[in-house]
Amino acid sequence: MPMSLRALAKGQRARIVTVSASAELGRRIRDMGLVPGAQIEVVGRAPLKDPVALRLAGFTLSLRNNEADFIAVEVLED
Amino acid sequence: MPQELFIALAGNPNAGKTTMFNAMTGARQHVGNYPGITVEKKEGHARAAGDLLHILDLPGTYSLTAYSQEELVARNVLVEDRPHAVVDVLNASALERNLYLAVQILELGSPLVLALNMMDEARDQGLAIDAERLSRLLGVPVVETVARQGTGVNEVLAAAARLARERKGSWTPLTISYGPDLDPVLEQMAARIEQEGFLTDRVPARWLALKYLEADEEIRVVGRKTGPLARELEDMAAGVAEHLHKTLNTYPEAVIADYRYGFISSLLRQGVLTRARDRERLAFSDNLDKVLTHRVAGPLLMFGVLFAVYQITFTLGQEPLSWVESLFGWLADATAAALPDGPLKSLLVSGVIDGVGGVFSFVPLIMIIFFLIAFLEDSGYMARVAYMLDRVFRIFGLHGCSVMPLIVSGGIAGGCAVPGVMASRTLRSPREKLATLLVAPFMTCGAKLPVFILLIAVFFPGSEAVALFATTVAAWAAALLVARLLRSTVISGPATPFVMELPPYRLPTLRGMCIHTWERTWQYMKKAGTVILAISILIWAAMTFPGPSAVDLARIDNQVAALQSQAANTADPAALARIAAEQGSLEAQRAELALRSSLAGKLGVALEGVTSLAGFEWRTNIALVGGVAAKEVIVSTLGTAYSLGEVDPENAAPLQARLGSDPAWSPLKAAALMLFILLYAPCFVTLVAIRSEAGSWKWAAFSLIFNTALAFSLAVAVYQGGRALGLG
Repeated sequence: MPMSLRALAKGQRARIVTVSASAELGRRIRDMGLVPGAQIEVVGRAPLKDPVALRLAGFTLSLRNNEADFIAVEVLED
Repeated sequence: MPQELFIALAGNPNAGKTTMFNAMTGARQHVGNYPGITVEKKEGHARAAGDLLHILDLPGTYSLTAYSQEELVARNVLVEDRPHAVVDVLNASALERNLYLAVQILELGSPLVLALNMMDEARDQGLAIDAERLSRLLGVPVVETVARQGTGVNEVLAAAARLARERKGSWTPLTISYGPDLDPVLEQMAARIEQEGFLTDRVPARWLALKYLEADEEIRVVGRKTGPLARELEDMAAGVAEHLHKTLNTYPEAVIADYRYGFISSLLRQGVLTRARDRERLAFSDNLDKVLTHRVAGPLLMFGVLFAVYQITFTLGQEPLSWVESLFGWLADATAAALPDGPLKSLLVSGVIDGVGGVFSFVPLIMIIFFLIAFLEDSGYMARVAYMLDRVFRIFGLHGCSVMPLIVSGGIAGGCAVPGVMASRTLRSPREKLATLLVAPFMTCGAKLPVFILLIAVFFPGSEAVALFATTVAAWAAALLVARLLRSTVISGPATPFVMELPPYRLPTLRGMCIHTWERTWQYMKKAGTVILAISILIWAAMTFPGPSAVDLARIDNQVAALQSQAANTADPAALARIAAEQGSLEAQRAELALRSSLAGKLGVALEGVTSLAGFEWRTNIALVGGVAAKEVIVSTLGTAYSLGEVDPENAAPLQARLGSDPAWSPLKAAALMLFILLYAPCFVTLVAIRSEAGSWKWAAFSLIFNTALAFSLAVAVYQGGRALGLG
């Protein structure tokens, strides 16, 4: 069942299902490798809970919660 | 004479591109800006075998779209200047994402060399990369490098030179399949483009078609100017976009990105990349982040680091700053002694030497601050600062990275807006950067402090600490609120996407930091010698000409002559002392007269009608006009206007006494004046810095006018409000 990336807890791993952002934000998100099929792990949240830090293949990325809302994921069980 | 080969360096931010550039070119670099924008242009030279290579360091980008100035510049260089070869520097640890840019360059067709950089880190993370296989599959030379240690750099240069010679400027675009929805229309569009020869002298037909599908605004504008086929291509693109939206609820650009990543994944799966140990990646960085971005410890450490940057800059900068000041002081004295009195001496001493000296006194500060910022950026910590503070600064339309420019400018009282505005370069989001550098001058810089200390000592004795703290709080409040205001008016627009890499922590190289520091300093010094010198002379002229009438001067000369003849006729020490004192007071009157009859003085007097609304009389006005030259001038100009002769801003006891006993002054007026000084026009050195960071004089002029208007309205509100409440 796909859920919003925002709802993931720290340490959870997931696979991206859809990216619904368009225009500049959509382009930025995809340029960084956040495309359907990509595996991510939430590695941390900033002290004020926003932005969130994600691990992708070999690097770490941060994005704001309202940007994460455009990304739907399915949780991967370990 | 061998032909010079033109090589462009491309790559993602944090992939070690700058380190590679430094390793290739050494200290022989030239730094400038692309015309009309603030993106930095770095060039240098290198040799490979018999060839001389001209190397251009493109801005770091993740893609070749048209959303940021950096991407546009990189793309335009590839298309318009057609480098003989392009070197794409890849971070081998994040190969998949780094290849996304490489594939786009290949689709354009430029002769490409891949530098697999940071191979040591990749190996440490358990990644095995088959460079030879990657080279074979993509059909491009691939070289493994560790730019920090200089490993593989010569091989990259040799490969680039060889490729440039082989390809002789010809392009061979790579063709990727974009699936059943896009491929047919791409082929149709490419065929039409070929048929009409539409821009085909510049870019490959399929690449152009792809850009139409990606809804690339810049390409569309160029296309419309080129011919009627533009309409047809736009219609075809719109048609396929509508189809995709209806059937799959997606966009062409999303499909394109998916297929590009798909192409890369299948490439890597063909034995190019194998992960030996999956879970141990980035362990060191992750552990460090557990502390450095911890919910409680993270912010505390961050404020410690920011405070340390500030302390180091302004304490370490103190010593060299005083050397520069004494050097120019000595130069001024020597010049004054060598020349007869007159306009030439005044021009050289007060206009040129004081002006340029004032500007050069910032050089030590700029060197230290940029050395420290280079450390924070190259180590990866700056990205964490942005990550931790973004939630707060976003409320005001700013970015997490805005904190550094604001603190350096005087967010901790005593900073300086010149390096502060220059530090706004670390912001990659254009709107947030502009808002940051426009509000940075509101902070309590070191030059405003002597004025505040003087006024507080006279009018708010006993509450010095509270008053100074209140000033700093007022500065922050003004900066953040005005930022909010600007971001919803003149710099409106949605927040630039934050999506940002948190690079692994690395120890920066000393060489890299030194080169970075020297570039900044040199750029600043070049400005000091040109624009700033010219403005400095203009301000000197405004505070000198037209000068007092001959009659007034003759009156004072006569009085001085009379005193001198009295002195010649007496030996009584008491009488001599009295005469010396009177002579001193006459000289002070002469200085006051000269100031009042200058253009600045006349302006101060003329403005009195308006400025009295805020309680400022003409003497204050003149001092404030002088303050645009440099804020510390306010105290000395006020001294001259009150006929007190030379007033040392560090020891202004006579001026304090004068202001304290003047019935025209009150705590209310002092409060209004302090608020005005805090917020009004930045000094002209800062204005020049704003011009170069914002990319146009328009924003410097905006800062001058808007800040003064804002400061004046608030000062009037405080003064009139206070009077209505019976406070003064």
